[in-house]
Amino acid sequence: MAVWEALLELADDHLVLGHRMSEWCGHAPMLEEDLAMPNMGLDLIGTARTLYDHAGKLEGKGRSEDDLAYLRDEREYRNCLLVERPNEDFAHTMLRQFYFAAFMRPYWLAALNSADETVRGVAGKAEKEMAYHIRHAGEWVIRLGDGTEESAARMRDAVEALHIYVDELFDSSDAAREAEAAGILPVRADLRPAWDRTVAEVFAEALLEQPKAAYAQRGGRQGLHNETLGHLLAEMQVVHRAHPGARW
Amino acid sequence: MTVCWQGSAEAAWEAAAAVPDPEVPCVTVADLGILRWVRLEDGVAVAGVTPTYSGCPAVLAIELAIEAALRDAGFEARIERVLTPPWTTDWITEEGREKLREYGIAPPVKSSGSIRSLFGEVTVACPKCGSTDTEKLSEFGSTACKAHYRCRACAEPFDYFKCI
Repeated sequence: MAVWEALLELADDHLVLGHRMSEWCGHAPMLEEDLAMPNMGLDLIGTARTLYDHAGKLEGKGRSEDDLAYLRDEREYRNCLLVERPNEDFAHTMLRQFYFAAFMRPYWLAALNSADETVRGVAGKAEKEMAYHIRHAGEWVIRLGDGTEESAARMRDAVEALHIYVDELFDSSDAAREAEAAGILPVRADLRPAWDRTVAEVFAEALLEQPKAAYAQRGGRQGLHNETLGHLLAEMQVVHRAHPGARW
Repeated sequence: MTVCWQGSAEAAWEAAAAVPDPEVPCVTVADLGILRWVRLEDGVAVAGVTPTYSGCPAVLAIELAIEAALRDAGFEARIERVLTPPWTTDWITEEGREKLREYGIAPPVKSSGSIRSLFGEVTVACPKCGSTDTEKLSEFGSTACKAHYRCRACAEPFDYFKCI
């Protein structure tokens, strides 16, 4: 296990969720959201690119960001399960985004003091972007949760469906623990209170209750994914794989 | 590394600084503060460029345009992407803010701390009539760096350069 693999996990989280947001492009319920969701996706993909580039350099085998993004199969992807959950409806998408951003904001804030200069650079940008994501997605969680009978029911369904994937956010793999010990990445478990506070604040306004998770679904960091990730990667990677070595 | 601000290093800076932003062409890369520095290293003009947003799709176009401008000015050129410290809208020059306003884009409200509150709203003045009676239509606008607003006083819809 090595530090570069911890950066890979982080990059995979951002790329996969960024791709999920891009899937809404042209399908959003209104023009404003059609702009917002790909914009948020771009933030995530931009962060992923820098992290892949850095991970590839630390690995030292000459793998580029494209190699890492396009030429690994699902078992080699190390993203957490939350980010690969399918878009389903607007409630699912916004809650997933809110959960992730509520985690990443304090994560990047803590990473501002990283021992690694590139991580500090990424953190300085991303913590501000995550503040926007929390606000935007959080407003929708409130609007839908405290909305019509239909919207509230959908938001409750989303909470029910996604809460089993929350705990995995706070797990550190062996690689992550190594990076944490070296002062390069923040200790994930330490971020739970900040996440709980953000979620409690928004859920109170959204008239939502956080269910107690009967169990937590884990496995993403070991490459054990849901079937849906394979479909996502197939779509994302097909052009690159059909034209090996193609460059922009 | 030699840092030299005399003679041709200055010419290199001037050539690079005049490059307009591809998405907001009323301002230059120097106005926006995304051109950090230009140095001469062993005869090569090296320009330090910083992205606004992580996923800003214009970064590559900006880098290519700066490189081309340096070449046109007779320099061998190279771009260095600088991540730290991260760019903030506070780096937009006074002249840049004025150009944005004239172009119809409300410049970012000063002090990037305002985004840190969870649901804090900023007061944005309409770039046309100056009224602060404005409303946010969309947190995300035509580019990653802008939000969309409307003026309730003169009914003008306008872009707001988000504060980060």
